[in-house]
Amino acid sequence: MADTQLLLGLSFVLFALGLVGVMVRRNALVMLMCMELMLNAVILALVTFSLETGTLSGAVLVFLIFVVAAAEIAIAIPIVLQLSRQRSSLDVEGYDRLKG
Amino acid sequence: MKLLTVIVLLPLAGFLLNGLLGRRLGRTFVSVVGCGLPILAFLATFKAVLLLQAAGPDAALLEVAYRWASFGEQGFDVAFYFDRLTAVMTLIITGVGSLIHVYSTGYMKDDPSYARYFAYLNLFLFFMLTLVLGRSLLVCFVGWEGVGLASYLLIGFWFEDPAKAAAGKKAFITNRVGDAGFLLGLFLLYWALGTVNMDEINAAFAAPIAPAVSASLVGVLLFIGATGKSAQIPLHVWLPDAMAGPTPVSALIHAATMVTAGIYLVARLHGIYEHAPAASQVVAVIGVLTAFFAATIALVQTDIKKVLAYSTVSQLGLMFLALGVGAYGVAVFHVYTHAFFKACLFLGAGSVIHALGGEQDIRKMGGLWRKIPVTFFTFAVATAAIAGIPPLAGFFSKDEILWFAFASEHGGSPILWALGSATALMTSFYMFRLLWLTFLTPSRMSHETEHHVHESPLSMTGVLIVLAVLSAIGGFFELPHFLEPLLPIPAVVESLEHFEHTLVFVAVAVALLGLAAATFMYRRGLARGEALAARFPRLHRVLGGKYYIDELFEAVLYRPLHWVADRVFLGLGDRFLIDGSLHGLATLTRRASGRLSRVQTGQLQWYVAMAVIGVVGCLVWVWRHG
Repeated sequence: MADTQLLLGLSFVLFALGLVGVMVRRNALVMLMCMELMLNAVILALVTFSLETGTLSGAVLVFLIFVVAAAEIAIAIPIVLQLSRQRSSLDVEGYDRLKG
Repeated sequence: MKLLTVIVLLPLAGFLLNGLLGRRLGRTFVSVVGCGLPILAFLATFKAVLLLQAAGPDAALLEVAYRWASFGEQGFDVAFYFDRLTAVMTLIITGVGSLIHVYSTGYMKDDPSYARYFAYLNLFLFFMLTLVLGRSLLVCFVGWEGVGLASYLLIGFWFEDPAKAAAGKKAFITNRVGDAGFLLGLFLLYWALGTVNMDEINAAFAAPIAPAVSASLVGVLLFIGATGKSAQIPLHVWLPDAMAGPTPVSALIHAATMVTAGIYLVARLHGIYEHAPAASQVVAVIGVLTAFFAATIALVQTDIKKVLAYSTVSQLGLMFLALGVGAYGVAVFHVYTHAFFKACLFLGAGSVIHALGGEQDIRKMGGLWRKIPVTFFTFAVATAAIAGIPPLAGFFSKDEILWFAFASEHGGSPILWALGSATALMTSFYMFRLLWLTFLTPSRMSHETEHHVHESPLSMTGVLIVLAVLSAIGGFFELPHFLEPLLPIPAVVESLEHFEHTLVFVAVAVALLGLAAATFMYRRGLARGEALAARFPRLHRVLGGKYYIDELFEAVLYRPLHWVADRVFLGLGDRFLIDGSLHGLATLTRRASGRLSRVQTGQLQWYVAMAVIGVVGCLVWVWRHG
């Protein structure tokens, strides 16, 4: 029981860290990493709950999410690369061409 | 074979051929189609008349061309009805119409819109034939509107000139006022009788049990329609302006045929007017007043076509006078003689204008008789005919009108006769004034114009000769007796019968008096006429200003309506309410979106913060309410 709470607490801390990172840091790569952190926090919560309820499908779903996350990163990294090539900077504040 | 349908459709075919193909196939094609099909229609009419004559005096040919609409047991048919009255009208329309088409080939020879002209003219014939041949008032109304359309198109034929386009518009709009009366009368008849077939309407009013509708009301409403089309007071203002159209158009539409549609309508529905003494009284009074006042205006006009236009209004007034005193056949008789001499006069005027290269002011004419003798002689014959010099056509019809105005049991009175005779006197005076000033006095033309004067081609003079001959002998055909089986001749008050010969002498004397007075005044030129005008300047100004009816309408109707349209409908309704609300909505959206777009900063962090706030907000909401 205590384990579950510990794990959920860890998941929450990780998520909060990731969120603050995304909101505070200006570096696109760091922001991506923080987003991964948030995703992993959510996955941790998922696994914890599946352990708690004793269902197998939660554990299976985690692998699925890993695959999707890997694919997502595989797209996100080249986008960041293209952006940094255009602006020769990783600072997201420079990417404001879509402002209203 | 459906003969009547063919008569109606021939000019329509001409309109389609000339209108669609005329410009590509050239002038010869246009002339052949434009003149050939009306002539064919005339021949077909002639055949129909022979059939009718074989069938007996009060017989009628009836042909259902097409079922227009049906509902339950009832329905509206496009049916054509051909009795003696229709026969006379159709012969005039196709006969005089064909002549004027032939004349037009000469008159419009150099016009760039030759094909369009003939297309419109054929279209007019089609609608006019629909009007007179239609058995039901509804079909008649289609023709009625159609001739209005054709008239509009032809008055504004040279629409590059804004004044001419405006004249067309004026004619059309003035006619619409009358049409409202026509429509109301039509609705009332249908509501009361359940039929709009004109022969059945007449029969219903002649039946022993009177229909449940006031004959006077229907009569007056239909007469309002007739005043519009036939240019009677107060809707006469459009006809003089309609002279802006080509002169053959003035001859065909604004003298010989279309403007007599009102007379045809009243004569056709005589069954109503026979049982509506009040409405008949209105018709007679309006008719005689129009005749009188139009004649006074014609005394001082200086435009050759305007004189003829006011003379037409005046003659139409005389026809309505005849209708008002129950002499329907006599009115149609005058329609018939008037078609010849007035067409001849207008076409003669066209020939003069053609010869002078567009000059219409009779003060700048004179001495033309040597240069254009054929035009002069035909014009003189027609002038004598309209003035009522015996034994020309106009004498017979006008004399009969005045006689019945005097003695008819159906509302005749010496006052009507006196006004009618005064009109006849003035008619004789201004027509001979026109003749003197145009042809006989010493020339007042500029040397340049005089040098170019030439007689018109055979296509024009030939038509003039035919019409002059008809104006001379047309009166010997006793049309009222021919029509008597359909249009009864009113009884004469017995005590007045012995005046008949006296009145004939008076009529002849009146015509000759007009001739003598015009000769005295204008034999030497303008001097005496101008001296007379200088002695009565105010009267001359009122007559020259046409009693300021146009100005009156402008002040009473046009300005207030224009003000309402401009300020209320345009200013308040259109600009303020409709445009204002739409523009307001657009401005609101633009401003709101301008404000909202500031949220879209392009800063990724800001978006994330917003998303987090949103998610947290959702969670809080769920927590509170869930």
